[in-house]
Amino acid sequence: MEPKKGTVVGVTGNMVRVQYTGDVMMNEVGFLKVGDQRLKSEVIRVRGRIAELQVFELTKGIGIGDEIEFSSDLLAVELGPGLLGQIYDGLQNPLPELARRCGFFLQRGVYLDALPAELTFEFTPAAEPGDTVRRASVLGTVPEGIFTHRVMVPFGLRDEYTVEWVAAKGVYSVRDVIAKVKDSRGAVIPLTMIFSWPVKRPIDAFRERLKPAEPLITRVRIVDTLFPVARGGTYCIPGPFGAGKTVLQQITSRHAEVDVVVITACGERAGEVVETLREFPEITDPRTGKSLMERTVIICNTSSMPVAARDASVYTGVTIAEYYRQMGLNVLLLADSTSRWAQAMREMSGRLEEIPGEEAFPAYLESVIASFYERAGVVRLYDGGTGSVTIGGTVSPAGGNFEEPVTQSTLKVVGAFHGLSRERSDARRYPAINPLESWSKYRGPVAPRKVEAVKDILVRGNDVLQMMKVVGEEGTSLDDYMIYLKSEFFDAVYLQQNAFDPVDAATGAERQRRVFDVLLAVLLTDYEVADKEKARGLMNQLRQTFLDWNGREWNSKEFAAEEENILGRVRAASRDPAGTVEAKIKKLEG
Amino acid sequence: MRKIYSKIEQIAGNVITVKADGVKYGELAEVTSRHGSTLAEVIRLQGEDVYLQAFSGTRGISTGDEVRFLGRPMQVSFSENLLGRIFTGGGLPRDSGPSLSENMIEIGGPAVNPAKRIIPRNMIRTGIPMIDVFNSLVVSQKLPIFSVSGEPYNQVLARIAMQAEVDVIVLGGCGLKYDDYLYFKETLEEGGALSRTIFFIHTAADPVVECLQVPDLCLAVAENFGLQGKRVLVLLTDMTNFADALKEIAITMEQVPSNRGYPGDLYSQLAARYEKAVDFEGAGSVTVLAVTTMPGDDVTHPVPDNTGYITEGQFYLRNGRIEPFGSLSRLKQLVNKNTREDHRALMDGMIRLYAQYKDTLEKKAMGFRMSDWDQKLLSYGERFESGLMDLSVNIGLEQALDRGWEILSACFMPEETGLRTEIISKFWPKKE
Ligand SMILES: Nc1ncnc2c1ncn2[C@@H]1O[C@H](COP(=O)(O)OP(=O)(O)OP(=O)(O)O)[C@@H](O)[C@H]1O
Ligand SMILES: [Mg+2]
Repeated sequence: MEPKKGTVVGVTGNMVRVQYTGDVMMNEVGFLKVGDQRLKSEVIRVRGRIAELQVFELTKGIGIGDEIEFSSDLLAVELGPGLLGQIYDGLQNPLPELARRCGFFLQRGVYLDALPAELTFEFTPAAEPGDTVRRASVLGTVPEGIFTHRVMVPFGLRDEYTVEWVAAKGVYSVRDVIAKVKDSRGAVIPLTMIFSWPVKRPIDAFRERLKPAEPLITRVRIVDTLFPVARGGTYCIPGPFGAGKTVLQQITSRHAEVDVVVITACGERAGEVVETLREFPEITDPRTGKSLMERTVIICNTSSMPVAARDASVYTGVTIAEYYRQMGLNVLLLADSTSRWAQAMREMSGRLEEIPGEEAFPAYLESVIASFYERAGVVRLYDGGTGSVTIGGTVSPAGGNFEEPVTQSTLKVVGAFHGLSRERSDARRYPAINPLESWSKYRGPVAPRKVEAVKDILVRGNDVLQMMKVVGEEGTSLDDYMIYLKSEFFDAVYLQQNAFDPVDAATGAERQRRVFDVLLAVLLTDYEVADKEKARGLMNQLRQTFLDWNGREWNSKEFAAEEENILGRVRAASRDPAGTVEAKIKKLEG
Repeated sequence: MRKIYSKIEQIAGNVITVKADGVKYGELAEVTSRHGSTLAEVIRLQGEDVYLQAFSGTRGISTGDEVRFLGRPMQVSFSENLLGRIFTGGGLPRDSGPSLSENMIEIGGPAVNPAKRIIPRNMIRTGIPMIDVFNSLVVSQKLPIFSVSGEPYNQVLARIAMQAEVDVIVLGGCGLKYDDYLYFKETLEEGGALSRTIFFIHTAADPVVECLQVPDLCLAVAENFGLQGKRVLVLLTDMTNFADALKEIAITMEQVPSNRGYPGDLYSQLAARYEKAVDFEGAGSVTVLAVTTMPGDDVTHPVPDNTGYITEGQFYLRNGRIEPFGSLSRLKQLVNKNTREDHRALMDGMIRLYAQYKDTLEKKAMGFRMSDWDQKLLSYGERFESGLMDLSVNIGLEQALDRGWEILSACFMPEETGLRTEIISKFWPKKE
């Protein structure tokens, strides 16, 4: 067989052309030798004896004739205990460790172990010699922060194996051999706590995929009540710059009711990641009493880091998410922003001189986006348990116009759409999700017919507002005016949520259901008001009390008192016979 | 001694092609013609063909001219000797001083490791109430002024440069009008700031490729001063010219344009520059203030649009004023909690009322009846615009806050402002 090697014959931007001998594989990793540096790259096209590779580093200094070593491996990440709490770049380089070694700047060609050998865990065996195991079978467990981490047979081992030996209970390095298994042909394979998995291939070590049915509670009211997300589902947040995509994801990463959050900062500002990585260790997660960092993994390939690694970063993120799903956990993957990833594809496609599609994005954009979101899901694992990966991605459409390829391709595949609007963010109505345009295919914690009733008021209120802009307040009937006031009320006390208020920042599902009933009482009541001035006065008063209520601790005495206060005011101003509004609300149940 | 090549195969736009070997991507070459010499950078290697982007353009370059490769990428000299000096986009002296060659550093270097950044926490005081009160500028922020030609954006930049307490100012001119260049020079000289300023100036009359180098030169120098613990302010005007230069090269290289002729990597190119703004852990900082003129006053144009997605907010300069709407400092909440206790409340309250004033103006224009409340808002809006928004107002933050209270109390009853009672009882001006 011809030896496998190659030399550079062309360089443009972050792409090199290589003439090779032997066989190369699509998406194979190669290392370009430039001086004493080795630069990681990936085969993205092969034509005849020429392979084209995207280089994950700055390409300055590469010359014709430089050698390349092919690794025979696909681009992969290391999986094992110790990933939680880490901050990696798109290629799974640990950034804090890199900073210790290289100082202020990212030095190209330096690749550190994602999980260093110094990392140790207390291993408790779960398998015994003689057991028959296959991929994803549990060999033992280690405690990882708040979780019991399963040490499993690598997902890439597709045979049946007999356990030859398992390490006794004790503390081991992640790179120590903790088991030996024998395959059907008698070869013995030593296993450590770590194995690798190619990032562009979904982890498929489970029995079946299930339909996402459980709501994922984000504790953002407008999301959970109006446009819910499901565990194992997908959603997207498109919006113009400054509309609040990142802040919304930051809030979600703090408050969402999931076990693990993987944050992929893809081609966005470094400063935003710094906020997360400096603040999370200081914040206690009320659900576990531990620092939020213990349930978080950050993958960060910010906008000034090499572009090709942006593409890798979303895959690195989703692979780590899938890995924790295999432990029976609910994982949320947040990607900010998928447009930057799409742009990285566009840059590469341009260098390959492929025939461009709309706005010069490659023709395969849509299918690549679709297969990325397909990696979300609820699965039944081999042991009968379940785990889920939920994916939420932001989209940054050019000019804030949703009629563009990335937004449109994404909308075709996701289960919920949280569209942010410039109008709402300019008016400081945060979170600036447009309630008239957004949608969700999932079911949330509040009864759907109740939600419909309120959405209806929102739509009618908006109609009145549009009309009022033409005919003025004078030309609007009192009834119409009241509908407008009610829709504004709903917006102010429920859709808007103060991210900086310690109580209002996060509203649990139970509280949402309770508050929503009171809200319905306010909105469905027919009020005894003489004129528009009085109507506005009444709704302003109710708004003030309701906002105060939003700031009360859940289930506290003050909470109950404020609730009674609101209902009392409603009753006092109502012209409905007693009990009619309650009956109306009851009918919307279930 | 490096080889000299004397057969240029192709000349297209600002790009020339020669056959050469041993050349590295990103390396510099010197092209010598009858009309002088120019630096050129390798932007593509294809077999023996080397594509070079000529900094001074290709006008007058002949196929027989000499190309000498320098074996290094673009560099700039870095030392205290830069202070007070003026250079071109090619890095050559534009003043009468000597050219510098000590301590050469590379430009366009790698990104800062995010783990070595810290959360910014210091405010830059500008004396402009629309910035200090409503959208505070923060050390290490990257922020553009969105404007259109004819607006006094360069005056605003110069003013901020004069007022800001920084150690070093680096001014990068991209396609700067000669008059504007002189204006900057005179203003900084009069203010006694020239000795801590470094200029890299590409004027509208200079070769377009040099425009591309300006941000990288400025930022490389700024970054190195930052590493020495200095607080550096970088001013870049006008980044739309920089983007247009990128567009020109992309078209010459026959790249498929993505949006209105701009290359698909416009976002990455701009981000690579703006992201040089940084607060180093244990060292100094780099703050980047830029001008982005919006062609056709259209914020959805690819240049302002991509910029908005990269920077930490923007100031809209329109009709000679910094607009309260649309303008945003995304970092303001990091600093305005530590200034004066009424700062945040007053900022929110005054903007809310100003928004209502705008609604009233609209109603008025439609011919609807003006209520008492509308009259109050009208008087408030006028006072707000002349007392705080007008660019001629040059007062410190505390004075501006006091003025805010004066305006409110002249127009409204305390309960009409929507401000919390504790704040009002403490700050509402007492009537004599
Ligand atoms: N929920 C919120 N509560 C209060 N302020 C908010 C909220 N959301 C956004 N903001 C304000 O808007 C600014 C911009 O928000 P954010 O950074 O999330 O925008 P973005 O949509 O991610 O923009 P880009 O596309 O440029 O990244 C924030 O710095 C903050 O000042
Ligand atoms: Mg963002």
